[in-house]
Amino acid sequence: MAFNRRDFLKISAGAAGAATLGGLSGCATPGARAKAKVVVVGGGFGGATCARYIKIWDPGIDVTVIEMNDKFVSCPFSNTVLGGISDMEDITHGYDGLKKDGVRLVKDEVVGIDAAKRVVKCKSGATFNYDRLVLSGGIELRPELIPGFDAAAQQTVMHAWKAGPQTATLRKQLEAMPNGGVFVISIPGMPYRCPPGPYERISMVANYFKQKKPKSKVIALDTNSDIVSKKGLFMAAWDKHYKGMIEYRPSSKPVRIDAKTRTVVLDVEDVKADVLNVIPPMRAHAMTAAAGVRNDNDNWCKVNFTTLESTAVPYVHVIGDSISAPTPKSGSMANNYGKICAAAIVELINGRQPDASPVITNTCFSATTGHTAIHVAAVWRLEGDKWVTPKGASGVSKEESEMEWAYMTGWAKNIWADTLNL
Amino acid sequence: MKQTIVLALLAAGTLGMVSAQAADVRVMAANCAYCHGPDGKSQGPIPSLAGLDKGYFIQQMKDFKSGERPSVVMQKHALGYTEEECRKLAEWFAAVK
Ligand SMILES: Cc1cc2nc3c(=O)[nH]c(=O)nc-3n(C[C@H](O)[C@H](O)[C@H](O)COP(=O)(O)OP(=O)(O)OC[C@H]3O[C@@H](n4cnc5c(N)ncnc54)[C@H](O)[C@@H]3O)c2cc1C
Ligand code: HEC
Repeated sequence: MAFNRRDFLKISAGAAGAATLGGLSGCATPGARAKAKVVVVGGGFGGATCARYIKIWDPGIDVTVIEMNDKFVSCPFSNTVLGGISDMEDITHGYDGLKKDGVRLVKDEVVGIDAAKRVVKCKSGATFNYDRLVLSGGIELRPELIPGFDAAAQQTVMHAWKAGPQTATLRKQLEAMPNGGVFVISIPGMPYRCPPGPYERISMVANYFKQKKPKSKVIALDTNSDIVSKKGLFMAAWDKHYKGMIEYRPSSKPVRIDAKTRTVVLDVEDVKADVLNVIPPMRAHAMTAAAGVRNDNDNWCKVNFTTLESTAVPYVHVIGDSISAPTPKSGSMANNYGKICAAAIVELINGRQPDASPVITNTCFSATTGHTAIHVAAVWRLEGDKWVTPKGASGVSKEESEMEWAYMTGWAKNIWADTLNL
Repeated sequence: MKQTIVLALLAAGTLGMVSAQAADVRVMAANCAYCHGPDGKSQGPIPSLAGLDKGYFIQQMKDFKSGERPSVVMQKHALGYTEEECRKLAEWFAAVK
């Protein structure tokens, strides 16, 4: 094999990178080195996938996932729970599969990160050292940005934008609502988790009303000036299945809410609900701020897309909804960013160069009725530091179909299996 | 020069380096898993890729791209990969037991 000067420079860079890994430095022989430690914060779509794939690609690395919940509750398909089509059990999964992969699972809440000393601190008092840290805690919701959405209001007005008890409570509120009632949903401005999610939720609630409470109505108050995802397809579905049941109002940012009267105050008028669902603005989860990596306007985290390492703090990687990127904040993306990050961490720990031009893909299915669905999909390739979509490698469904509902259920089964080793 | 390279490799602990390309295909193939299942072993109505014949696989990717084989989602995904990458993906999935 002939080496040229460029190869040599690449190899030297890799060697220098490896030598700076704390705990590994000074060890020339791979067999004798201390096990590299990776700590992953959050066992959701990004974190669980990343942890699992590090173990698959290099079982010699010590991987710990710190997750504060007992179970994984999937946001995808939580809208069908609201629509009464699936139940909480269908979207809830255990973490035993991750343990089978050799991942250490710690049930605790991370409350602090010392990126200089490379230590993670938990609520229980436990601490964890790391060679590399992966942050995948998802989003921090910001009800404080909507006047009136205080602690008391949060007892009765659900966001249900993190699947779990909020989803179950919102479903109960919908069940208790009388026929003829009004469901009001407030949608935050972009960027937010799952761009088509609110419009899918509107469809699922309308589907439930059509079957069980046909005199009821949905009013959508969108902060955005238009439907931000799959617009034509959602409008066609609403027109076909829910004519007269959905009132969509663009540019309707809440000025404040009154939880007692279930009212959203807009610039121009007050909108009163029987069941009120307010999705507040959001940003990267609090631990990204603790680590000093929420460097895009204190909202999102800028990363190097070949490694998902923060542009602000070395050895800290950020994946999933928390990152600042032109790609959508979806479970499919979090799953795939988790793998790019896993591959890069394996390469870096082994003193090799991560792939300089990864490929990533997204697909988001949305249900339009209890048996039809639509999708949006795209492929991106990294060119320099920009994600570029090859010609033709993006788009949406031609029309809703039952076939897509079937594929959507197949996607869910497979992404849950791929994320959690089910 | 040659000696320096060996030293650099030793320092990094990378003798027996996995070729970057092998790593690429692995990650690229993993891109398909959220729909086709881990290692291309699907649990639902989306077809499995594990163990598919290499020639058949390559032909399907070509036909998805051209539209010869109508598809719900695969045309968009297939158009994201080069011919060379499709061949490597075909080899990778054909080798999955
Ligand atoms: C209604 C709805 C529908 C959706 N539908 C789809 C869909 O159909 N398709 C799709 O691709 N995407 C969908 N999404 C988006 C998808 O859920 C998210 O993009 C995805 O969950 C992001 O993954 P993540 O790893 O960043 O965060 P998450 O999956 O939210 O994981 C974060 C994890 O970190 C844990 N955590 C947070 N902070 C701490 C801490 N301090 N200590 C310990 N643990 C912590 C949390 O408990 C959680 O388990 C939907 C979202 C919603 C709200
Ligand atoms: C969004 C989900 C999704 C993703 C991502 C996806 N596929 Fe597919 N794939 C499908 C579906 C659905 C079909 C059936 C054809 C159709 O309607 O699109 C299919 C069919 C195929 C087939 C034909 C199988 C057969 O038995 O005839 C091949 C080959 C294939 N996909 C390869 C890939 C590869 C390689 C990737 C990753 C680079 C990939 N797919 C990513 C959903 C997906």
